[in-house]
Amino acid sequence: MSLFDHKLSEIQEWLHNKEISVNDLLDEAFKRIEEVDGEVKSFLTLNEEGARERAKELDELRGTKEGRGLLFGMPIAIKDNIVTKGLRTTAASQILDNLYDPLYDAHVVQKLNDAESVTVGKLNMDEFAMGSSNENSSYFPTRNPWNTDYVPGGSSGASAASVAAGEVPFSLGSDTGGSIRQPAAYCGVVGLKPTYGRVSRFGLIAFASSLDQIGPLTRNVEDNAYILETIAGHDKMDSTSANVDVPKYTEALTGDVKDLKIAVPKEYLGEGVSEEVKTAVQNAIKEYEKMGATWEEVTLPHSKYALSTYYLISSSEASANLARFDGVRYGRRSEKAENMLDMFKLSRSEGFGDEVKRRIMLGTFALSSGYYDAYYKKAQQVRTLIKKDFDDIFENYDVIIGPTTPTPAFKVGENTDDPLTMYANDILTIPVNLAGVPGISVPCGFSSEGLPIGLQIIGKHFDESTVYRAAHAFEQATDYHKQQPSLGGAQ
Amino acid sequence: MSRIDKEQVKHVAHLARLHVSEEEADKFTKQLDDIISMAEQLNELDTEGVEPTTHVLDLKNVMRKDEPKKWITQDEALKNAPEKQDGQIRVPSILE
Repeated sequence: MSLFDHKLSEIQEWLHNKEISVNDLLDEAFKRIEEVDGEVKSFLTLNEEGARERAKELDELRGTKEGRGLLFGMPIAIKDNIVTKGLRTTAASQILDNLYDPLYDAHVVQKLNDAESVTVGKLNMDEFAMGSSNENSSYFPTRNPWNTDYVPGGSSGASAASVAAGEVPFSLGSDTGGSIRQPAAYCGVVGLKPTYGRVSRFGLIAFASSLDQIGPLTRNVEDNAYILETIAGHDKMDSTSANVDVPKYTEALTGDVKDLKIAVPKEYLGEGVSEEVKTAVQNAIKEYEKMGATWEEVTLPHSKYALSTYYLISSSEASANLARFDGVRYGRRSEKAENMLDMFKLSRSEGFGDEVKRRIMLGTFALSSGYYDAYYKKAQQVRTLIKKDFDDIFENYDVIIGPTTPTPAFKVGENTDDPLTMYANDILTIPVNLAGVPGISVPCGFSSEGLPIGLQIIGKHFDESTVYRAAHAFEQATDYHKQQPSLGGAQ
Repeated sequence: MSRIDKEQVKHVAHLARLHVSEEEADKFTKQLDDIISMAEQLNELDTEGVEPTTHVLDLKNVMRKDEPKKWITQDEALKNAPEKQDGQIRVPSILE
């Protein structure tokens, strides 16, 4: 049994009572990392020295809860597209391979530091968060702890794998089209994409600015709510962070869903969704019925257009955001260049992987003269229709429930040759980003091959409380979240 | 009918400041054509008069005072630069 099998609130009690130390928690983390990270490959950079120093400071402060941070002494790992001062940050790209000493902390990292958590290290991901399997990391692919022949999902694949493998109790990821929820589903952990604007992106290496959100991945819903409470809120450094009060999300976890009105979109249990996933989700809906919630079938008529809309919008925004990597101020500069234009072109071509180049070119094309109206503007108009589908449903229902992904995790190497097949993994998560609403994935079953299946619960803008309440009630009624991979021997 | 040809791909790569080899240009032409063909699906929808959504928040032009503020030092700004000289970032010559 690992310390990380316990809830954050329990570990906090033990710390305050001096039954354990912050250093004990780090022992647990680094011991487990040494045991299993050779197989899982979650970490790009470890921060053992910094973490141990911080633990020494924090251990002196133990003894009373008074004045201590909400995440006092808790080890956390951070996706490598979130900037950490003095701690190498690469976004898993060769173009940032030499960025050993970033100048500042992302807003969420400042918040975590203020809450007195301890950063264990930086997590692998698909390069610049573009991918659904972690196979687009320029370093190495992370593996699924449930079966290392399978992918952990992406792009926050290692954010999910590290938590599932017991290396850390929780992590931060980012979600542009499903990059927190899809890996959470594949790895059997809890992952939330907050409402667009709920969490500041200052210091998140931008991919698609109208879609990106940072969110927590955890073993259970309650811990997830604690982390969101810590990182959410307005930040003057990110003008798109909303000036909306942050509720105490943990107080929403009442276990009571008697009044809950659930919408189940027929498109989410239709073509392309595997039978095992459908059955797991239908069983989850029955569970809600037993708890006194009501549900009805609804329709999201434009959901089949979401994938195309997403790839046009996100790639267009990416082509602009990634223009900053030019070999001038930081990052890789080609040694072959003799003039300025070659310096740009060669540095970028040597530094970016194929998927990143593909999306930059797609975006550049969609924004270019003569094609802007036909592709980019058209996609933005369809986005309006997709968002309206959600608005209409939320006039009558509290949450939308369906699968997180059409199938459980696929094998490493299975989809790498065909970008379109790879993109289809995200058909159920992408509409949520386009509409800007919050969504969570919680474990709801296992496939015949023993791979986790995720239930997606989607809520109204800024109503994470109801999403958490629904997710928590389901979690309390089931024990999928208590099962663990047998990696590296039983824990 | 192809939606994008090899010459266009090379032109787009130039606009995006990417160097692509002939071989890469062939591969990207096929892949981009597949993706753009999928995106043509959006033409099934009549979007006449539909407002485009740029982002979902009810926000417009967040303003602040334009005032100087201490952010990073010159040394810090230069710390991660690939090449530097006399307190400046050095780049290849721009003028012949």
